This record gives sequence, C-alpha cells and structure tokens, in this order.
Amino acid sequence: MSHFFNTYFPNVVANWYGDNGFVTSIWQTLYMTVISAIFAGVIGIILGILLVTTAQDGITPHKAFYETLDKLVNLFRSIPFVILLAVIGPFTKLVVGQTIGPKGALVPLIIGTAPFFARQVQLALVEVDKGVIEAAEAMGLSPMQIIFRVYLKEGLPELIRSGTLTTISLIGLTAMAGAVGGGGLGNMAISVGYQRFENDVTFVSMIFILILVFIIQGIGDFAVKKLEH
Amino acid sequence: MVEKNGIIQLENIDVTFHSEGKTVEAVKDISLNINKGDIFGVIGYSGAGKSTLVRVINLLQKPTSGTVIVNNQNLTKLSAKELRVARKNIGMIFQHFNLMNSLTVFGNVDFPLRDSKLSKKERKEKVEHLLDLVGLSDRANNYPSQLSGGQKQRVGIARALANDPEILISDEATSALDPKTTTEILTLLGRLNKELGITVVIITHEMDAIKQVCNRVAVMESGKLIEEGDLLTIFGSPKQKLTKDFVNTSTQVKQVLDEIKESGLINSISGRVVELNYIGNVTNEPLVVGIYKRFNVEANILFSNIERLQGTTVGIMILALKGDDDKVVEAIKYLNDLNVNVKEVNLEESEGE
Repeated sequence: MSHFFNTYFPNVVANWYGDNGFVTSIWQTLYMTVISAIFAGVIGIILGILLVTTAQDGITPHKAFYETLDKLVNLFRSIPFVILLAVIGPFTKLVVGQTIGPKGALVPLIIGTAPFFARQVQLALVEVDKGVIEAAEAMGLSPMQIIFRVYLKEGLPELIRSGTLTTISLIGLTAMAGAVGGGGLGNMAISVGYQRFENDVTFVSMIFILILVFIIQGIGDFAVKKLEH
Repeated sequence: MVEKNGIIQLENIDVTFHSEGKTVEAVKDISLNINKGDIFGVIGYSGAGKSTLVRVINLLQKPTSGTVIVNNQNLTKLSAKELRVARKNIGMIFQHFNLMNSLTVFGNVDFPLRDSKLSKKERKEKVEHLLDLVGLSDRANNYPSQLSGGQKQRVGIARALANDPEILISDEATSALDPKTTTEILTLLGRLNKELGITVVIITHEMDAIKQVCNRVAVMESGKLIEEGDLLTIFGSPKQKLTKDFVNTSTQVKQVLDEIKESGLINSISGRVVELNYIGNVTNEPLVVGIYKRFNVEANILFSNIERLQGTTVGIMILALKGDDDKVVEAIKYLNDLNVNVKEVNLEESEGE
C-alpha cells in the first residue's frame, strides 16, 4: 500500500505532515468551513427572517427597512469574492488582528456567505404557506411566535436544503481564500500542487474537498428526509 | 346608536385596497348584526368581497373605516396584544385547511394551546376530546399529508375549537371538498352550533351549503350587502336578482326551464305555465287535485322540488295550467289565497336573460 502511494503520489506523502502538510490543511479547511458556516448561518437566518417579515406581504411590513436591507444584501452578493478578500482587508485586521491564515479568512468568508444565505433563507421562508401564517395570526400568535413556531418549523426542510447548498459553496470559497493566504486545502492545491508542478498534490486536495462535499450533502439529504412529511 | 345586541356587530365597514395606482373598494359600507347562536351565511360570487368582510371580524383585515364590535368589545380600539387575546375567542377554518405540515394531527390541534395555562396532561386530554368531537381520534399520529380533504378540515375545526371560542368563522371551508364531504362538514358545524352554542359565520358561493345549516343569510355583490334576512324569507321570496339566481341554481328551476326551452318540449306544452312558491303547511294541501276539482283546470307538473329548511317545508312547482281562461285565473287566485306565490313563466324569453 505504502509502495503504491510512494510511486504514484510521492509529493502527497512528502507533504503529509508538517506546518503546511495535508493533515494541517484538512483541519484548516474544516475550521474555516465550520466557524464561517455557524456565523454566516446565524446572520443569514436573522437577515432572511427580517426580509420575509418586513416585506410588503409579510407579518410586520416595513417598506423603508425592507428596501434598504434588500439592496444591501444584493450589493454584498455582487462583489466577487476574490475582490472582497482584498477590499475588506483593513476591517479583517481590525476584527481578528490578521489578514492571513485561516483566522484571517473567517471575516471575508462570513461577509461573503451571509448575504447569499440570507437570500436562500428568504426564498425558503417565502415558500411557507401563507394560509398557515394567516391561521396562526387568527389564533392570536405574536409575530415572534409566528417566526419560531411557524416559519422556522414549517420551513425547516427547505432551510436545511439551503444550508447544505450554502455550506458547499462555502467550501469553494475557503479554497479561494486559501489560495491567497488563508491556508487549507485550497492553499495546498494551488501553492504546493499547482505552482510547484506537483500535480498529485492538486489531485488529492481535490479528492479531499469532494469527500467533504459528499459528506455535507449526505447529512443534509438525510436530515431533510427525516423532517419531511 | 341603534339598539343592537349581537355577538358580532359590524357598523359601516369600508375596506379599500390601493395597489399600483388602482383603488379597489372590496367592502362598501356594510353593517351587520350577528346574534349569539346564529349560523350566519354570507353568500356571493368570488370577488364579491365576502372573504374580506369576514376577515374584518377578527381584524385579519383592518377596515378602512367602520367599527367592529365582538362580544361588546370594540376590536378596532384594541392594542396589538389585546387584539391577540380577543382573537383566541374567534376560531377560523379555511378553504385550504392551512394545517402545519410539520406537525401531526395531534400537534396541529395542540398548537393553539401552547400558551394556555393548562398542564401537559390537561392539554392532552383536551386535544383527545376535540379529536373525538370531530371523529378523528384514530388519526392523532398521522400527518396532514396522509389525510383526505374532509379529514383535514376536521382537524382544522378541532384546532379552531381548541381555545373554546364563542365564534367560528368558516371561510369557504367546504369549497375544496366533494359534495358528500361538504355535507358531512356542514352537518358537523351544525352539531357544534347546537352542542357548544357556538356562533358560526359561513362564507360560501353555494346556496346548497347555506340552506343546509344557516338560519340567517346575507347576500353580497361587488362589495355591497344587497339582501339579508332569515333563511326561509331569503329562500322563499328572494328579492334581488342575484339572490334569485342563487336560489334558482339551488332548486334547479333554472336548469329545468332551460331544458324545456331547448328540448322543444315547449311546443307540446299547452296552457299557461306558472311557477308556484310556497312555504310551510300549504304543502300538505293537494294543490293540483284541488284546482282540478274546483275549477276543472288540469295541471301538468313540469317540475317540482320540495325541501325541508330548518323544519319548514319550502316548495317550488312549475305547472302548465289548461282549462277555460277565466277558470285558470280563478285557480290562480285560489292558489294565492292559500299563500302560494304564483308567477307567470315566460318560456319564450331569450336565453341568458
């Protein structure tokens, strides 16, 4: 077995351990993905709920607020991620004290993902049957109760679908952030595999990213299947 | 103020929508007094504004102007929080049931009880009692997607009753159901009205639904209330054209007349064709035999429909009367004296008048 790896993936074996090795890179990618997903998830859900509830046909319509938030979300979604990384550098430094390494990648990852997820949350919650919302209003539920007991409950399967999709696209972004100094598998693939012509490293980095994507997709699909009736 | 003591009092309700520069007056100056224990029907075609009107009762739709008094409480004056408390006294069921798909039947009925002061055990007993009331005890653990339309509406009814409301609003609740299920649901509403003393407001576009359970009826057309009264009056002697249309559709008089016209049967009918309407005991009089014996007028029965509405008989008959002209006039007078409303039917009249 080790003979096989030594023959076909010599650079992978050489780069397995160490500060810039595969083990570290996998951890860095997981770190960036999980922490960003948690923060972007919370921010996205809050923004998504605000978009749904303050819309004209929402439970607490507020035109000015909705329009502002709607435009802001669009604005941030429109900035290409590679440029966002550079543009918000000073802000990143202010928040986490550094602009490189996995920690430095967190801020742009969160800012790049949250608006995307907010839109996904909005789309998921808008799908919740308006009639059920009306029934809840007729029962005397408060807007907060409607959000937690109806929107989030009825929209949960769709939210998980969006969450899965967002997390997968987030992994894509971690690879990009990695390439410009964030570390992780993206960094591995580009700065080691690509720039040093160690193609086996690029290939194996991709395989690890794919495995990660399949695992997340699998968990998402399983949860949706359990929740949908 | 006019003396009114209904459980629901709507006074001069106006609802106006503005959208994209257009103004739509959905409800125009409607005043309505619904008494405790009534099963009040609001009938009208879609777009007549009946759904908007009924949403004003629990203020799901805020009226542009007018006063909504429910249980001696002016809802338009309440704070958001007070309104939510008041709404618990008004149950509502919907055309598309509006159940939570993520909850079981039990969970759906329990849903409005989450903030009640009942203990977990009391809540469970209450939900079981409600499910028993609507005949769905064996379905407690099913999800709505596993139920038929009629069963879903039963869950909707159980849920609407969870907070022991004094009023139940039914917004086209039977419009998505087949005739047999419709009858079952209406019968259930009638039973709940009797057993719980709950006041029911039914919106529908079907006269059949109204005549099955309602004791009072209001007819709406383009945002206005055009006719209102107790069921027998509306059904026995409708005044407005739309009301007559609804009644005729329900009794099938119109279809029969159309059929007579189209089939060419008209040529074989001799004599004067009249429509008879009667309410109450008149029915028992052998009308047809009576006019033959007394005036030697033969009555050819083209159509007859007799229904029991709230224990009273309402009959409609279409007869072709044949005999001496003056005898026929006398026969019609005789019928009028028996409180039978006689109306000449003009079969020649153009289609779709």
